[in-house]
Amino acid sequence: MKRIVIKIKDYAGSFAENKDVAKELRVDKITPALSNNEEVELDFRGVSGTTQSFVHALISEPIRLFRDVALDNLEYKNCSDAVKEIVKTVYEYIQESFNDNS
Amino acid sequence: MEATLSTSDYLRNSDRFINGLDFSNDEDFTIYSHPKWLNVHPAVLTLLASMAMKVGKDNVKFDNLTASSGAYLDRMGLFDFTSQPSPYSINKREETGRFIPITIIKNSTEQSRFITDMIPLLHLPIDKTDAIKYTIGELIRNVLEHSESKDGSIVAAQYYKKSNTIRIGICDNGIGIKKSLQRYWASHARTDLEAIKWALVPGISGTTSKEGGTAENAGAGLFFIKSIAQVARNYFMIYSGSGIYKLLLHDKRIENPRLHPNPDDDRHSERNDAPYFHGTLVAIDLSLESKSEFTHLLALIREVYGRAVRERKKKSYKEPKFI
Repeated sequence: MKRIVIKIKDYAGSFAENKDVAKELRVDKITPALSNNEEVELDFRGVSGTTQSFVHALISEPIRLFRDVALDNLEYKNCSDAVKEIVKTVYEYIQESFNDNS
Repeated sequence: MEATLSTSDYLRNSDRFINGLDFSNDEDFTIYSHPKWLNVHPAVLTLLASMAMKVGKDNVKFDNLTASSGAYLDRMGLFDFTSQPSPYSINKREETGRFIPITIIKNSTEQSRFITDMIPLLHLPIDKTDAIKYTIGELIRNVLEHSESKDGSIVAAQYYKKSNTIRIGICDNGIGIKKSLQRYWASHARTDLEAIKWALVPGISGTTSKEGGTAENAGAGLFFIKSIAQVARNYFMIYSGSGIYKLLLHDKRIENPRLHPNPDDDRHSERNDAPYFHGTLVAIDLSLESKSEFTHLLALIREVYGRAVRERKKKSYKEPKFI
């Protein structure tokens, strides 16, 4: 299976908060890759923290669109504990919303 | 318009400053001040800047600005918003104080640059910076996305050594929270205060009524920031229209303050009779004394957030018809 790697720091810096950057990554890279059933590795090396808004703009729509394909094919690497907590938060509320939007 | 600065315009006693505001005439703006001593929260400065931007530089004047501590207003850049010359002589190059002067941010690129540049200005220990970056980043973004303000986001911050606290103000001349929520949440935003409180509920966004939000917004930002303030036992205040919600300090004897999804359950003060402000002001004090790790705090917020979303969802479930 093809796999793309996105190094978040290269786009968003050491504190990932710019939602416009998140949206560009989502639209240009993540969504097309998942729609081709490819794996996506989001590498947070060098990123000390992020905001819920950034992570939401990055992954919430792909997860809602592709459901299990996204949940299976999205992987997160080198996350600090703070980044992990934010990603977990977004995963939880997006999956809670599945029934509302289906 | 009028505002009066006093000897202690901090969040603890913010009502005094707010009661002295007069937004009724937007042709000129006079800033009165205590003749001997001034102490102002950076949020007050951002509000003054927002008022000055409404009337234009040439129509802003300081009255009776004689307190030597008034030099702080110059240092924070307030005189850039008036044509009136500063009575103080400060050497800005020599200033290495831990403050961020009043700054206007109009887009996400400026926001990212500001967040990168502000930490060295505040001289903060590296392990304390994420909560501050988080708070300022989310609040500025809120303004850029929801306020519809032509003037952008007005930001200022100051480190206070004695209390080991960063005090932050973020203000805009936008449509206000009530109008921002009207499209999807009109029944929860009948008054300014009601709208502020609804905006603090986890999962409430002005851009949708759907759980989980849109591709761009989830409605989590203000709840996160209120929670950050709450766990660290700090003040947090929102002023929009005639509404004010202020989170009050927790008793220090309580080791782990509880987070509440409903802002009514938090120890707070509120009013809906403040002088009507066309815009939104958010003020927060962030203590660097907090022993609570930011990661731990995020885990706590995640837990409460998830529970709140599940409970609200459950309320919308249809009951079985037992006959």
